[in-house]
Amino acid sequence: MGAPHGHRLHFQGHSPVHQAPAHLKIAFLVSFMLVVVATPVPWLAAFAAYAAVLAVLVALSGVPALYLARRLVIETPVLAFAVLLPFIATGPTVDLLGLSLSRPGLVAGGGLVVKATLGVLASLLLAATTEPRDLLAGLERLRVPSQLVQIMGFMVRYLDVVSDELRRMKTARESRGFTARDPRHWPVIGRSAGALFIRSFERGERVHLAMISRGYDGTVRR
Amino acid sequence: MTTPVLDLQSVAFAYPDGHQALFGVDLHVHRGERVAVLGPNGAGKTTLVLHLNGILLPGRGTVSVSGLPVVKENLAEIRRRVGIVFQDPDDQLFMGSVREDVAFGPRNLGIRGAELDRRVMSALDMVGMADFADRPPHHLSFGQRRRVAVATVLVMEPEIIVLDEPSSNLDPASRRELADVLTALDVTLMMVTHDLPYALQLCPRAVVLSDGIVAAQGRTLDILTDDALMKSHRLELPYGFDPHTC
Repeated sequence: MGAPHGHRLHFQGHSPVHQAPAHLKIAFLVSFMLVVVATPVPWLAAFAAYAAVLAVLVALSGVPALYLARRLVIETPVLAFAVLLPFIATGPTVDLLGLSLSRPGLVAGGGLVVKATLGVLASLLLAATTEPRDLLAGLERLRVPSQLVQIMGFMVRYLDVVSDELRRMKTARESRGFTARDPRHWPVIGRSAGALFIRSFERGERVHLAMISRGYDGTVRR
Repeated sequence: MTTPVLDLQSVAFAYPDGHQALFGVDLHVHRGERVAVLGPNGAGKTTLVLHLNGILLPGRGTVSVSGLPVVKENLAEIRRRVGIVFQDPDDQLFMGSVREDVAFGPRNLGIRGAELDRRVMSALDMVGMADFADRPPHHLSFGQRRRVAVATVLVMEPEIIVLDEPSSNLDPASRRELADVLTALDVTLMMVTHDLPYALQLCPRAVVLSDGIVAAQGRTLDILTDDALMKSHRLELPYGFDPHTC
């Protein structure tokens, strides 16, 4: 019984990066991302500097590079889109390995990959060095509307409950001989997702009942 | 006689879809009593529970708690007086840590600071969970979560605690631990359950709810040993259990 301790993205540690106040880390992450996104693609030196800053922070935090690299997989859809860009964009073309590629497409695709990787890496570092609870407290200190922070709090609380439910449904499906191999099986997955949505929705209603039973009137008091 | 803690008079209720769940329930619970509400699935037990703190308001009839009628204007006070422990502790525990969760109710009552800490820790102490105050609820075992759910209600210092299926999904050791906790509490208690041995162990008095009315009430032992009554309301003792030898 009992869920695994800590959060899946969190890497336990006591480095200066772990101990920095959460609101400062969030503010830094947001400014860092804005600066990265606003930097024109040809300024290669600037990107090298950003990467160096991140590398120093990662080294300081003691989070293994491989740990972060494995979680970078989340970026895949962006990469797929970036690879497509040189093929679908218009404008002057260059020949590369016998393929005719759009020059602006190559630049945009490359820029996308670099910016996305820097942003995702910085976010992963924040997640790895900050407990979800501290993250919420940090958002609150940054005056993010309390309703939003509440919703995120519920998400953190119920993520495990819902993913457990999802896993049990998967086990139940597979126990009856089902494995999703090709697109003909997708409707079954779709119906499972629907069932999970209904279950989660009903749980939301029960949680709300339990809250008003304890005097909740729309504001969580601190 | 003194004012009952719980006083239901011919409470009838139909859901908006037309399904009528309660057909005139009369029920009184006095201070210090421990009452089990027994009944088959679909007898209206959960609907009844939701009437006790005004989540549902009766279509006909009245509910009052220590003389205070359950109507919209009184809901805040009613919800302090009646503590409901729901069946699934994951529904009841929604904050980031056990301490914050137990503090949720009293905070809504405007309690702060040292008094809040004192009440939270004393409630956790009563259920034997004081050492877990700073753990997130989803890191606890199911039995521990149910005990914390009881603490979230105890901390309101209610006049009556209502438990919906308290023993469901508990392993025998957790079930016994919860029984120990509940026995040690000095409160009026009502529990809705299918677990007839548990009802006999914890509640001297039982009420049989069947088809939306109170079909019988009396000493729990008398009810569990009335074979004709038990049979006519789809109540069955577990195999091998003999109430006489308990």
